[in-house]
Order: sequence, then structure tokens, then C-alpha cells
Amino acid sequence: MATTTSRRAAYEQKRKRRSIAVATVSSLIVVAAIVLLVPKMPRWDRVRHSFFNGERFWDSMPRLLHAFVLDVKIFAWCAPLILILAMLVAMARNSRSSALFPLRALTIAYTDIMRGVPVILWIYLIGFGVPGLGMDRPWNSPLIWGSVALVLTYASYVAEVFRAGIESVHESQRAAARSLGLSNWQTMRFVVIPQAVRRVVPPLMNDLVSLQKDVALVSLIGPIEILRQAGIDKSKFANFTPFIGAAVIFLCITIPLTRTTDYLVERERRRTTGTRVR
Amino acid sequence: MSNIKLSLRGLSKSYGNNTVLQNITLDIAEGSVVTLIGPSGSGKSTLLRCLNLLEPIDDGAIFLDDIDISVPGLDANPIRRRIGMVFQNFNLFPHMSVMENIILSPTRTLGIDKSIARAKAIELLERFGLGDKAHSYPDQLSGGQQQRVAIVRALAIEPEVLLLDEITSSLDPELVGEVLDVVRELKAAGMTLVLATHEMGFARDTSDVVCVLDGGHIIEQGPPSQVFTAPQSERAQQFLQSIINSGRL
Ligand SMILES: Nc1ncnc2c1ncn2[C@@H]1O[C@H](COP(=O)(O)OP(=O)(O)O)[C@@H](O)[C@H]1O
Ligand SMILES: [Mg+2]
Repeated sequence: MATTTSRRAAYEQKRKRRSIAVATVSSLIVVAAIVLLVPKMPRWDRVRHSFFNGERFWDSMPRLLHAFVLDVKIFAWCAPLILILAMLVAMARNSRSSALFPLRALTIAYTDIMRGVPVILWIYLIGFGVPGLGMDRPWNSPLIWGSVALVLTYASYVAEVFRAGIESVHESQRAAARSLGLSNWQTMRFVVIPQAVRRVVPPLMNDLVSLQKDVALVSLIGPIEILRQAGIDKSKFANFTPFIGAAVIFLCITIPLTRTTDYLVERERRRTTGTRVR
Repeated sequence: MSNIKLSLRGLSKSYGNNTVLQNITLDIAEGSVVTLIGPSGSGKSTLLRCLNLLEPIDDGAIFLDDIDISVPGLDANPIRRRIGMVFQNFNLFPHMSVMENIILSPTRTLGIDKSIARAKAIELLERFGLGDKAHSYPDQLSGGQQQRVAIVRALAIEPEVLLLDEITSSLDPELVGEVLDVVRELKAAGMTLVLATHEMGFARDTSDVVCVLDGGHIIEQGPPSQVFTAPQSERAQQFLQSIINSGRL
């Protein structure tokens, strides 16, 4: 046909304009409600002074950022260790050889025990307990043992995520790989794990974002990272604004992190799939 | 009489107390096409999986060129590279392109150089009319194309025997022909083929030997002219009659 816009394109354009309008109006209403109603609360002035104090915010920001470097460091060395350990545990748990039965039993006990106790408790137990054995520097550092506690607990969560991914790959994929003469290990390495990992990227990111936040728990056994620095500033100036500063810093990391992975997952999906149901 | 490529001697297999294959004895000559037919659940897929060593057998033996390949504990991987298999649901690896699917085993298990494996893959793809699909992903292909890629993938490791398990059963009727053409071409090229199928016309025209399975037994075995026109056993007569009645022959 010689028309410039097809009937469907026109319809979709109209529908898109409408949903943008609805989204804009509803967002404005919510924002307006917050901006107009919250200041009407009886204690708003005090809250604004102690939580949203611009001067305190900018004053503590450099110290917070400086302390945040430690959080990033802890995350940076824990995350790869967690992924490696979790993958090993998931693979051991999925192994089929009967000779590996003791290993399977061990990994089940490990995940059950680590997941059954709050992270904070493991950080206390390992972070205070092991340095108490009186090892020489640097092996008595709470920073090391706090990180170990994080790695051990998070690896047990992530191992379950990987396990679900591995189990979701259909048996026929393994059969095809084996029929081509691939070994058990090659089948895992080239066929099962790549598909498993692609499927679990969203829950995996969920755990990594949690980790980025839970790194702050290590502060409870000593190291001065951002949460502890915020606490110090709070006490010094009797003002809670440093905590808001810390929250903002966390968001600046976690939001781009999740958006980027969503984008990458979507790009991969587009690359490998054909037509898509709307 | 040509060489016996694969020989099954009194092969039995059960799952728990469900006996799926009983005392299967069959010789498969080099370059011949042996077709397994029989009702659903009669054991065709299980037999093919046993030949590919994907399932261990309980009793009997399988000989490949006079070597017993069913010895428990034998390293199955080198043997599977001599006996290729294609499945009903294609089972292509969805995260890999057509090219990656095809060269995975040659490069990883046979240690063939990537560029050589690629060149050979292109050659095979072109031979089966898929020359322009090397960089597509399985989900972007039609069922018939996917199945032809699966056949190319199995051929890329240069097997001596190819097992085909109902490779047209998941296809739309108009796509069946293109895949059967591939099988005919393989036969013409002298490949030893063992296939399970419901395409009775194809079985009659292409096979050298037809085996009728029922309840895990081979109840009839012989050249198609004999099996389709003068079956000996009563069960085989019933099965063929039901096929004729449903208009599939
Ligand atoms: N993994 C399995 N576990 C238990 N029973 C099975 C399994 N695979 C197949 N069977 C049984 O074996 C019998 C033969 O199945 P199959 O070989 O798939 O038949 P066909 O391919 O001729 O339709 C069926 O009764 C089926 O239920
Ligand atoms: Mg079957």
C-alpha cells in the first residue's frame, strides 16, 4: 500500500503516547503527594535538619567516599571467590558418579549450614573466632576473616542459584553432547554451564547486589568502611545525614550495576532468538 | 556378503522391573540401512540409545567391527565418535551458532584445527543446502533446517555408523521431505544407517533390512519386500494392518 504509516503503526503510536501520558501523570501525582504531604508532618523540621542537612552531607561526603573504597575492595576480592566456590559446589552437587557420593553429601551439609544461619552471625563467629586463635599477622586480621565469612555464606546462596540453572538444562542437551563424543567434563564446560549461567543471570545479580550491601556488615568486627565511617560522623555531629550520604553512594553503584546486566541479558537474548511473542 | 559393521548379540535392557529390550539379536552390514519400526513404546529409542552407549545394557553384547563395545567400564567417548546419533528434537545447542554447534566436537575431542574444522563445516552445510546458515542460531531456523544442521553436526566427526531416532517426527509435514532427502543422500554415499521411523513409505523404499519391534522383542526382521508384504508373525501382521488402515502406507 502507498500509505506512509500502516494501520498497525498508527495504532501502536497512539497506544504508546497514551501509556506515556498515564505514566507521567501518575508519577507526578505520587511525587506531588510526597512533596506536599511529608512537610505537613508535625516533626518534619527536625527530621529535615537531622537527616537532610545539606552542609553535613557535603562535609562528610569525602570521608564516606574514602571509606567506601574499602567496601569496593572487599566486594572486588569476595565476588570472584564466591562465584568460583559456588560453581565448584554446584558442580559437585550435580555430579553423577557414585564415587563422588561423599563429596555430594559434604556440599549438601555445607549449603544447609551456611544458609541456615544469618550472615551477620557468621561474620561474628568467623571474624572474631578465627583471629582469636592467635595466628601471626596478617592472618589475625578481622578484615580477612570477615571476608572469608562473606565468601563462605554467599557461595552457599550462589551455589543454589547455579544448581537451579544446571538442573534447568534439559537432559537431551547432555545426551546430544555425549553422543558427539564429548566427555562428562566437556559436556558441563561447553554445553550445560554456559546455558545454566545465562539463565540465572538475574538471580545471580540479585545476590551480587545483596553482597555489595552486606559488605558493610564487616564493619561490625572492626574495619572502617563506609557504614562505620557514617556512624562515626553521625556521633561526632549528632546528625544522621551521613547515613543518607552512604545510602546515596550505595545507590550510585547498585543501580548502574543492575541496569547494565539487564541490558546485557536483553542483548544476548536478541542475538540468539528468532521471532518473539509480544 | 559385505562386512558386519555392528552386531547385537542377545541384548537385553530393563528399567527397574520394566523390561524394555529382550534378547535383541541383529547384524548390521557396512553401508546398509536398517530401519526399526513398531508401535510407540516398543523400545526403538532405547535400542538406539544403547547402541550409542548412552544407556548401559544389562545382558548381551554389542560388537563394532568385532570389538565388544558393551564391556562395562569401557571409555565410551572414543566409541561414540564412531557412532553418531541424531535425535527427534534436534537437540542443537541453543547458545551456539550453527557453526559453533558443528565444530565443537571436532575441535574439542578430535583436536582438529579450528580453521580446518570450519572449512569442513562449510563444505557439509553447502552439501545439504545450508550454506548461508553458518552464523544463524538454532532458534532462527525452521525445524527442517535445524534437523539438517543436527545431521551435519553428527557427520562432522566422521562417524562410521549414524543412528537416526525418528528424525522427522517433530517436523511439519511439508518439511519432512527435505530431511528424508538428506537420509537418501547419506545412503547413496554408503553410510551405515540405523533408523527408527514412522515414515513407512520411506522405510519400505530405502531400507535394506526392516525390524519390527514390539514390547522389546524383534518380532519380524527381513528385507522390506518381505516384511511389508508377507509378515510371518501375527503381531507384525496386526501392526502392519493398523498402519495400512490409517493410510500411512
Ligand atoms: N529412562 C527411562 N526410564 C524408565 N523407563 C523408560 C525410560 N526410557 C524409556 N522407558 C520405557 O521404555 C519403553 C520403551 O521406550 P522407547 O524406547 O522410548 O520406545 P519407542 O522409542 O519405541 O517409542 C517404554 O515403555 C518407556 O516407558
Ligand atoms: Mg522413540
